[in-house]
Amino acid sequence: MGQALEIRVNGRRAPVAAATIAELLAEQAVELGQRGIAVALNGSVVPRSVWGETALSPGDSIEIVRAMQGG
Amino acid sequence: MSDPLVIAGREFKSRLFLGTAGYPNRQVMLDALAASSTEMVTASIRRISLAGDDESLLNLIPKHIQFLPNTAGCQTARDAVLTAELAREALGTNWIKLEVIGDRELLYPDTEELVRATETLVSKGFVVLPYCTEDPVVCRKLADAGAVAVMPLGSPIGSGLGICNQHVIEIICARSPVPVVLDAGIGTASDAAIAMELGCSAVLLNTAVSKARNPVMMATSMRAAVEAGRWSRLAGRIPKIAHAEPSSPQFGLVGT
Repeated sequence: MGQALEIRVNGRRAPVAAATIAELLAEQAVELGQRGIAVALNGSVVPRSVWGETALSPGDSIEIVRAMQGG
Repeated sequence: MSDPLVIAGREFKSRLFLGTAGYPNRQVMLDALAASSTEMVTASIRRISLAGDDESLLNLIPKHIQFLPNTAGCQTARDAVLTAELAREALGTNWIKLEVIGDRELLYPDTEELVRATETLVSKGFVVLPYCTEDPVVCRKLADAGAVAVMPLGSPIGSGLGICNQHVIEIICARSPVPVVLDAGIGTASDAAIAMELGCSAVLLNTAVSKARNPVMMATSMRAAVEAGRWSRLAGRIPKIAHAEPSSPQFGLVGT
């Protein structure tokens, strides 16, 4: 993990130490193995298989979502 | 009687699709799903709570029930497309209940954005079931855009007003090249039966069951209503006439 960089996580500005999406999820205490979650980086979905190798850059916007009850 | 519903090549024995929101608790939801015999339930896609979440919906729903994630709350084709792509990644299904809302108070669909989002998602390989206004022209445009079913509203979402324009739903069913799923507005069992009698292929409802005083009993009732309505449709109702038609023989009357 490098120095803190400022990105947006679910609409909120957050300084993070994580260098990749996988590290960000770990930092945010999101259990990596859990089913039903998905991540978008700057408006594009990042498949789970490449979370570990997808690097974060300052100013990035990340959406972390999950399936919930709905109608 | 074997009368499966086929959408995009997938067979459903049950013609009742159920929402998963608003139940008093998870056990009641699961009991209601079981009582309804549904084989497809809707789910929403929302930002994760970074404060920690409870058990995933995915682990709760029995395996034989298919997820139909929605794009509820989206107001533009762009947001709906991204939500659909996130849903595909999160739930491992390319089926999507496409909602693009044009009025936050009425929750009426924005037709222009809806058609545009349908075209985009179909081109990206999604199986698209759009929630739409009860308008035969809109339904035709959605089918032309590649929707595998159309889901016109009976009345506003959560209103329980039933099917406000039965005539136009019947017209849509008669003309649609794809299955018609009555979505939104069902308040009670008779509404669901009427939808099926009008020619709908299935009914999608949530609030009518989840907010009923006894959701599990209402789920049972909806199951029976959808079956009754479907059988009634297949059996062929008698024509309506404006005068009486005696059922009993007109000869051999006593005293004549």
